[in-house]
Order: sequence, then structure tokens, then C-alpha cells
Amino acid sequence: MVSKPHGGRLVNRVAKGRRREALLEEAKELHSIEVTKNTASDIHNIAYGAYSPLQGFLLREDYEHVLYDMRLSDDTPWTIPIVLDVRKDEIQGVKEGDDVALTHEGQILAVMKVEEIYEWDKKEFARHVFKTEDPNHPGVARTYARKELLIGGPIDLLNPLKHPFDRYALTPLETRVLFKEKGWRTIVAFQTRNVPHLGHEYVQKAALTFVDGLLIHPLVGWKKPGDFKDEVIVAAYEALIKHYYPKDSVVFSVLWMQMRYAGPREAIHHAIVRKNFGCTHFIVGRDHAGVGNYYGPYEAWDLFNEFPDLGITPLFIRESFYCKKCGGMVNAKICPHSDEFRVRISGTKLRKMIRNKEKPPEYMMRPEVAEVVLSFDNPFVT
Amino acid sequence: MPEGERKSGRSRYTTVSIPVTLYNRIKKLIEGTGFANVSQFVTYVLREVVVEYERAREAEEPFTEEEKEKIIEKLRRLGYI
Repeated sequence: MVSKPHGGRLVNRVAKGRRREALLEEAKELHSIEVTKNTASDIHNIAYGAYSPLQGFLLREDYEHVLYDMRLSDDTPWTIPIVLDVRKDEIQGVKEGDDVALTHEGQILAVMKVEEIYEWDKKEFARHVFKTEDPNHPGVARTYARKELLIGGPIDLLNPLKHPFDRYALTPLETRVLFKEKGWRTIVAFQTRNVPHLGHEYVQKAALTFVDGLLIHPLVGWKKPGDFKDEVIVAAYEALIKHYYPKDSVVFSVLWMQMRYAGPREAIHHAIVRKNFGCTHFIVGRDHAGVGNYYGPYEAWDLFNEFPDLGITPLFIRESFYCKKCGGMVNAKICPHSDEFRVRISGTKLRKMIRNKEKPPEYMMRPEVAEVVLSFDNPFVT
Repeated sequence: MPEGERKSGRSRYTTVSIPVTLYNRIKKLIEGTGFANVSQFVTYVLREVVVEYERAREAEEPFTEEEKEKIIEKLRRLGYI
């Protein structure tokens, strides 16, 4: 059976029909707050249930519990505070209990009941969520750039934005119906922000061997400069799946959510979100959601051990490499050969080759995938 | 704060009674493990058990038949089924 939604019930905060019309009419008269694209994606993820059980942006009590205990105030596991930051002057005249309109590029996106307005300590946030206060960490830098107040309360999505990849945009409700139609009871999710190399294919297929289906679920949304662009990731996976995956056991969809680079905490967050999409298992690789040397390569694995009540089973799959003697992709647990036969697929090396317009060797990347990636003038976020 | 409740750092705790014999048994069991004390072990085990009970009480499907039909239509259109 597919996973039950996190917290027990799939949240739906998408206003429809007459209720939507009435809220839209009211929203025109409300104080409005302009939100960024990243916040807009959070609003969508709340509204469609990807962040179940959240009904809106965190109130102070939940915020503090998440920050210090990695749980909501009702004890439900939750590791990344989902917050809405505002400047004082943006909410001048707004008091707790008021409704406000949330706009993006001037258009009404959602309405929110402001239940609480509170201050936050960005350094403390960084220390707990990112385990560092270093402004060179991309997630920390973005935290420091946020506004001085937080407002919390439930939201209602009125006008969903056009999804950047409509063709592959499925909501948690839709993946749940899809898995049911396919007759899948066990589904493993693969989170990624990269174009696929053979190491990724190896872990996905190793996991798929033991379950009914695989959900390949790359993030589309903000990523740091130097990461692959969303359209490159999507095109690369289209090529890989077309040529190398059995159609009946793989679903490819994208998740509109920013990368935070919060390492272990973000790994838990990624798992919770995929649980809401109905997945029963989640692949946790080496340095999941990490950046630089801020986290240990398998630190996320340890953190999963603190959550016996997560409700999705993590699959800890070791780093894979190509072994010349074995003649294929393997990992240290199953390959008896020494380092001289092992070729590690380094993401940095791969990016360098692609930047230099060199075709990576076939033991690193499928030729069809390499061709697609190299067809982009600049496949990297600038 | 309700009776029996206390704060440790930022977290709040309350007291639950268990038989001393069980306490001693757990104390022995967690020696040399990652659990720092009996409370930590009991919290871990309770969370593991509680979530199972909660799951058993949750509704079967989060969608209605009507919603399901609409979604299936979309999934067909997109080529997923």
C-alpha cells in the first residue's frame, strides 16, 4: 500500500468554485504582500499537499520546535522551517487575525490569514538548519538575505502559477492515483538536482529491483550557480528513460521546490515530501543535499535513525563506481577489487568535461544523455 | 505548565511512570548503544509504535471517485497511463 500522507491527511488548500470566486473578490480589497518565486513554490507545495500536514506558513511555536527538535509542535517529524519573511514596512497596518493577499508579479496568488507576526534570528536559523553560520554556504547566504519578520498562518491558493514544466507536473493526489492505477504498492523515490550519470542509474535500478515502481523526481526551481539548469536535467532524463528504462516501472515527474543545501535536514525533508506523493521508500545517497564540505558524506544516514516514525523507508545506497575488472557499476560492498581497477564518477570532473564540451566516456554517462547535455550552449545555472 | 512537565533547553518534557523492573531492564539493554538514557530509548520506541497505531486509524484514500476519474483523464492525456 502506498504511504499514508505525513500527519495522516493530505492537505488541500486549493480554493475552487464559488469559494475561490468569493475569496478572489475579497482579496482585491486586502492588504497585499508580493512574494518571490521560491515562496510561490512553497505556497503551491502547501496547497497541493506536498508539505502535508502544513496548512500554511509556520507559526512561532512550530517554527521553534522545527528549529530545535526537528518536529512540529504535535511531534510530527519536520526538519526545514517553511516560513514567510516580510519587511516591517510591507505589513504596516496588518495585525494578527487579518487576512492578506499574497501576490506574485502583481497578480493575486493566494490569501493568508495572518495568525502571528514574529521576529527570527537568522544566525540561529542557519546554525540549526545548515549547521553553520558561514555566509559562503549558499543556503546560509540566502537566509541572511531574507527579511526581518516572519508571518505565519494558513493559506488558500487562488490562482496557481503556470508550472515551469507542465508536462511533468503531478500533484501528490495525482501520483497517488497513478500508483494505484499501475497497481504499485511499493514505490521508491529518487531525488535529484543533477543530470544522470551511470552511478545514478545504478542506484535507481538497484532500488527498483526490490519495489514495484520508481519515481524519478528531480527538483526544478532555484539552484546555486554551477548546478545544472532545470531544462537540461529534464531533457537528460527523457533521453535516459527512453533508452534504458522499462516504461512500466518508472514514472518521471518534477517537483517545483528550491534547493536549500541543508544536507541531512534536507534529506529528511525530501523524504517527507516524497511520502506525501505516495512513495514508500526513498533513496538516500552520499552527501544528500550537501554542498562543499559542510556535511559528512553519510551524515544524512545517521539522522534518519532519529526518526523511527517517519513513515517512509530510507534506502541507504553506497557510492557506486565503475570497476574495470567487474566490468560494470558496483559498490564497495560487492566489488572485491582494489582501487587501481575502480573509476569513480566525480560530479566535479563530469561538469568540467561538459563545460569543455568533451563527451564523457560511456562508463560515466550514457552517450544519448551526454549528447543531450552537450547540445545546450550553457547547461549550467549562472 | 501542566503538572509533571519540565523544560530542558528549548524542549518540554513530562514524566511517565514505568515499572522499576522495566526501567532496569532497559538501562541494561541500552548500555553501549547510541541511547544516552532510558528516556531517550523509551521516546524512540514509543514514536515507532505510536505512528503504527495512527496509520491504522487513517482513512484509506485521500481522493473521491469523482476526483479520481478526472485525474485519470489527465494522466492519460499526459501519457502516464
